[in-house]
Amino acid sequence: MKKKTKPDLSTDCAGIKSPNPFWLASAPPTNSGAQIMRAFEYGWGGAVWKTLGEDPPVINVTSRYGAMDLGGTKVAGFNNVELITDRPLSVNLKEMYEVKKRFGDRAVIASLMVPCERKSWHDIVLKVQDAGADGVELNFGCPHGMSERGMGAAVGQVPDYVKMVTEFVKEKSKIPVLVKLTPNIADVRFPARAAKAGGADGVSLINTINSLMGVDVETLVPKFAVGGKAAHGGYCGPAVKPIALNMVTQIANDPETKGLPISGIGGISTWSDAVEFLLLGATSVQLCTAVMHHGYRIVEDLEAGLRGWMKRKGYARLSDFVGASAPSVVEWKHLNLHHKTVASIDPDKCIGCDVCFIACNDTAHQCIAIDRKKGNRKPHVVQSDCVGCNLCSLVCPVDGCITMTEVKTGLKPLTWEQYAKNGMKGYTKVYESH
Amino acid sequence: MPSRNERVWRDNFAELKGPLRREEARVEASRCLYCYDAPCVTACPTHIDIPRFIRQIAAADPLGSGETVLEANALGHSCARVCPVEVLCEGACVYHDWQEKPIQIARLQRFGTDAVHARGELPFEAGPDSGKRVAVVGAGPAGVACAAYLRRLGYATTIFDRRPLPGGLNTFGVAEYKMDRRTSLEELKLLFTLGASVKTGVEVDETLAAKLLRDFDAVFLGAGLAKTRALGIPGEDLPGVLDALSFIERVKARDASWIGSSTATVVIGGGNTAVDAATQSRRAGAQAVTLAYRRGPDAMSAYDFEVALARADGARVLLNAAPKRILGRGKVEGVEFARTRTARGKLVEERATFTVPCDRVIKAIGQEKDRSLPALFGAATNPDGTIRVDPRTLRTSAPKVFAGGDAVNGGKEVVNAAADGKRAAWGIHLALVPGARPGPEDAYWVSTIDGRVVAPVQERTGAR
Ligand SMILES: Cc1cc2nc3c(=O)[nH]c(=O)nc-3n(C[C@H](O)[C@H](O)[C@H](O)COP(=O)(O)OP(=O)(O)OC[C@H]3O[C@@H](n4cnc5c(N)ncnc54)[C@H](O)[C@@H]3O)c2cc1C
Ligand SMILES: Cc1cc2nc3c(=O)[nH]c(=O)nc-3n(C[C@H](O)[C@H](O)[C@H](O)COP(=O)(O)O)c2cc1C
Ligand code: SF4
Repeated sequence: MKKKTKPDLSTDCAGIKSPNPFWLASAPPTNSGAQIMRAFEYGWGGAVWKTLGEDPPVINVTSRYGAMDLGGTKVAGFNNVELITDRPLSVNLKEMYEVKKRFGDRAVIASLMVPCERKSWHDIVLKVQDAGADGVELNFGCPHGMSERGMGAAVGQVPDYVKMVTEFVKEKSKIPVLVKLTPNIADVRFPARAAKAGGADGVSLINTINSLMGVDVETLVPKFAVGGKAAHGGYCGPAVKPIALNMVTQIANDPETKGLPISGIGGISTWSDAVEFLLLGATSVQLCTAVMHHGYRIVEDLEAGLRGWMKRKGYARLSDFVGASAPSVVEWKHLNLHHKTVASIDPDKCIGCDVCFIACNDTAHQCIAIDRKKGNRKPHVVQSDCVGCNLCSLVCPVDGCITMTEVKTGLKPLTWEQYAKNGMKGYTKVYESH
Repeated sequence: MPSRNERVWRDNFAELKGPLRREEARVEASRCLYCYDAPCVTACPTHIDIPRFIRQIAAADPLGSGETVLEANALGHSCARVCPVEVLCEGACVYHDWQEKPIQIARLQRFGTDAVHARGELPFEAGPDSGKRVAVVGAGPAGVACAAYLRRLGYATTIFDRRPLPGGLNTFGVAEYKMDRRTSLEELKLLFTLGASVKTGVEVDETLAAKLLRDFDAVFLGAGLAKTRALGIPGEDLPGVLDALSFIERVKARDASWIGSSTATVVIGGGNTAVDAATQSRRAGAQAVTLAYRRGPDAMSAYDFEVALARADGARVLLNAAPKRILGRGKVEGVEFARTRTARGKLVEERATFTVPCDRVIKAIGQEKDRSLPALFGAATNPDGTIRVDPRTLRTSAPKVFAGGDAVNGGKEVVNAAADGKRAAWGIHLALVPGARPGPEDAYWVSTIDGRVVAPVQERTGAR
């Protein structure tokens, strides 16, 4: 009989060790030592302290947060105009020391943001090191407020500054340095390369995305305004996950940054969200919005879910699967033009809402038909015309009712790259009855 | 402290299905799949574009939603409360195929029309004056709906009703816990802002009928059904024997002398009116209520959910019991029944009888057809007494005369009457302006995917 051992969830992300890969992102959930200790009691593996800066502390506005609800779902997206910590540095450092003393096995990472001067960075790095931090995270991501003061995203958007500040920090730091990247940039690989060039031990991403939550159409005032005026904020929560996943993968697959440790952030709510980040190359994950929505207790489900999945999959430790899916993400030109799928609708599961019918007929390829005999409402796919675009299966409300099945074309795989190289020859149409 | 009477009203006749709160409406609206060519739309006799009005609620446009409802159904405000949706729109919802609860269409509809009412302004205006006049007999759902669309088409419209208040059975017959009288009257008040003139307390008799035929370009008959049928058994004249409609009417008038005025009531009949009378008897304080029906359960025309409500309220359902005599000296003391059974499709009475003691008997074995009114207008009737019409235009055998509602369908629901009123308004318009084309506001058909026209659907309805 196979020996059943509990999967080992411990991780080492850029030299920062924690008993599991679940870290609290630098944000309100990590505002104070008391909060972080409560979170650790629930089982969080690490916490990135709410970004520390120079005294005097910043002043925040009210309100600070906004959310986008979708139908009956609350907080599909979340927005904030909050700045870095508004508590004095000495208080945070004292509490950090206490947290480390009580929870020695957990990762405590100090998120930092100070003006772009060597001395400022040296000073603060030495202070948090003394307070017992296991690592630092350079906040080059905050897209609002701080960026207007030449910090946060203002640094993260200029690869040269990223490199320079990283170098300042590395000059003094004896603990690992993560650089937190902003998504508000055309190609995230450039600041990632700069961070690596500056000596960063890893990167964490994404920080929040520039956003404006809307306008109240009754009052004409922007939504979530501060006394009638709104500034753009930073967007996060479930809605941003695909953007974050893409950026993580870009860095994981970039030959120049391959192997650079990544802490994945953005839209993680469940264990499987977290697994996706790990599969694409992250070695730890950070959560903010989901915790702000439901509290620290969610870590229990995250852990249980990850452990259960690893058991089912036969993985003993994270390194068994970290990055496993990244190689499957390629450039478009490497996709097989001769691959063919078609949709089919299971009449036993179909409830006759005909949402697929109107979607395909108005906006896809007009290949769903309804045989109207005897009041029948159930549609079927005219597979000879189907281009396999997926639309019908995406809009179908019933699980597993519309499936996309592969049709063997018997043709050799052909990518755009090969096709172009062959002088645009060798392609055989796959979308007409074969 | 509220009086006993007030307490009974507050506790026993309060609305069963309340309004949706805003967030409830949002969550419920976002459950809607927005079916294409949706089956609920086909199932609704007025063919309201249901997915559309629900989407408008989801998109925080309750007024627009109310407009969509009222566009297709002038009585959408009361239909949202009184329709037997279990056998109409909600019964057709695709969620049933999914073993899930259907969308609460009626309550969402109410959310939309409530918004219109809260604003106090109809989303429509009267049409430009056509120079023609139409008389409407009966201010029930059929007549009022017809008048509303006629006004939108620009016809000077006068409604006549013999009762002191408009609304027909919507005001005088529908159970208070579904919709109270005030709501019915509020709905009418808003509809009448389109400019129909309403003459209540006016009986249309032979003289007036002749005058209407002379003075108006067309007449719509929406006079509903006549009085409750007699049982034709001894003792029917005893004090304490009354018909369901007058009982319900007095309950709805909140007549204090009716609260607790019976200890034991026997209701005779198997339709929805009988069941309503039984439920309301219990709620008005009768301790023992027996609903007695001649045949077995399958023959009952009442909806299952109405019978379930009566039972839950403590009414006893006595099946296969044919009333033979009402007993009593000077007043009702009981009803003598014969047991029945069905043999080869025929109802057979057994010899032995039994008695159910009671102090009140409510007759609810259906209403008679009013054969005299159509005759006054020269409109032919069918053998069963319903008025004969062309199903597309609702024109009767008399060219100037149109008809709809219970008088034509023999007694269905408010929504059928409302649909008829709309259809007849269009029929009148076509008759008076030959070649007129249906504008969007007049469309009463739903065209399906393949352009097929869904004519009046065969509703799965019970009978009154
Ligand atoms: C007890 C009861 C409960 C009901 N509950 C429901 C329910 O919950 N949901 C539902 O959808 N349906 C219900 N119905 C059915 C619904 O009320 C009717 O189908 C609907 O009201 C029919 O509308 P109508 O306009 O055809 O007739 P009516 O509503 O009967 O209106 C006819 C009007 O014409 C007037 N009239 C008749 N003759 C003359 C004349 N000669 N001169 C002047 N005026 C005249 C009458 O006074 C009356 O106001 C119920 C019916 C009853 C009896
Ligand atoms: C209210 C709020 C405050 C935040 N403050 C900080 C901060 O001080 N420093 C920082 O690096 N990131 C900050 N973030 C960004 C988060 O750390 C995280 O990168 C982002 O929210 C994406 O993760 P999520 O989708 O799980 O929320 C903040 C986010 C929110 C919502
Ligand atoms: S996959 Fe696309 S093209 Fe094929 S049936 Fe579905 S919607 Fe139409």
